[in-house]
Amino acid sequence: MAKIIVVTSGKGGVGKTTTSAAIGTGLALKGNKTVIIDFDVGLRNLDLIMGCERRVVYDFVNVLNNEANLTQTLIKDKRVENLFVLPASQTRDKDALTLEGVEKVLNELSETFDFIICDSPAGIEKGAQMALYFADEAIVVTNPEVSSVRDSDRILGILQSKSKRAEQGSEPVKEHLLLTRYNPARVEEGEMLSVTDVEEILAIPLMGVIPESEAVLKASNQGEPVIHNQDADAGKAYSDAVDRLLGETVEFRFLTAPKKGILKRLIGA
Amino acid sequence: MSFIDYFRANKTNSASVAKERLQIIVAHERGKRNQPDYLPAMQQEIIDVIKKYVAIDDEQVHVTLENTDNCSVFELNVTLPG
Ligand SMILES: Nc1ncnc2c1ncn2[C@@H]1O[C@H](COP(=O)(O)OP(=O)(O)OP(=O)(O)O)[C@@H](O)[C@H]1O
Ligand SMILES: [Mg+2]
Repeated sequence: MAKIIVVTSGKGGVGKTTTSAAIGTGLALKGNKTVIIDFDVGLRNLDLIMGCERRVVYDFVNVLNNEANLTQTLIKDKRVENLFVLPASQTRDKDALTLEGVEKVLNELSETFDFIICDSPAGIEKGAQMALYFADEAIVVTNPEVSSVRDSDRILGILQSKSKRAEQGSEPVKEHLLLTRYNPARVEEGEMLSVTDVEEILAIPLMGVIPESEAVLKASNQGEPVIHNQDADAGKAYSDAVDRLLGETVEFRFLTAPKKGILKRLIGA
Repeated sequence: MSFIDYFRANKTNSASVAKERLQIIVAHERGKRNQPDYLPAMQQEIIDVIKKYVAIDDEQVHVTLENTDNCSVFELNVTLPG
């Protein structure tokens, strides 16, 4: 039985796809058979971030419509053993997904995979609800910024009322906060919400803090999930997050700005 | 606290403004999402009944629903024109 984890946020552009790619890759690197599903039907992007865009033949909607089977559609990662991508359709819209269809695909994947990562589209409407409906756990990707935090709270409300687990009254979806694009220097200047601020407002357990990092853009340019870059803070922070997701206790890193020299401190630069 | 930090701390801290605003709006929105679906419709119907007798604006009506452990208190406040 696979564990189904949705990567969600409400607000767009906060780092869901970056996170899905990094966490999925990290889980596979630890020996777990993992598939990452792109639920952003119509706006396929996960393939680019994973670097497999030229190997897409069939997509999620083809599978739902029985135009292709899973074996034909799943793309095997070139770098990591046990890692697969199920790409979204470019030409269809979100109405192509139905709960029954999605459930059937998830059930089939569940038989052979350890983890199923669902990369949610932005918003709180149908597409996002479809991505989170069957989830056992949710990674709520949040930026330290007012509209992102508010939208995260709204998506938490939906997880608590409109997921399958909520509707059936079974054990609630396990929620994890992942704070991304964190800039400790700006936090220390009082210009950005701190980790503790966001934790206090959303009141869910923190699974990771990913610093704002140039390595993320570079990784997406190259189509290589940033977790492969263990020289970069963002890559290391994603590895820590994967370990926490797997139940380990790992100390948080990169929460403070590098110390400035005495001269810079005096002139306040 | 260093000499420079002392002046820094006096600068308006926009992060703390952000936090305060978020705490208020998030609490408000959480309250709303826990209210029953029928509440807005019921509220409107009650207002319509009152309007049959007294000329009031919708803004003169305030509705709150407080949840305690074992019951909910529905409170309707209408400011009648004097
Ligand atoms: N830690 C980070 N540091 C710097 N840039 C980042 C970081 N995380 C994400 N980004 C950048 O933010 C942008 C949006 O990221 P991404 O596509 O992962 O977001 P998304 O939530 O999936 O967006 P959408 O809602 O459109 O699906 C990208 O340009 C990405 O490179
Ligand atoms: Mg995305």
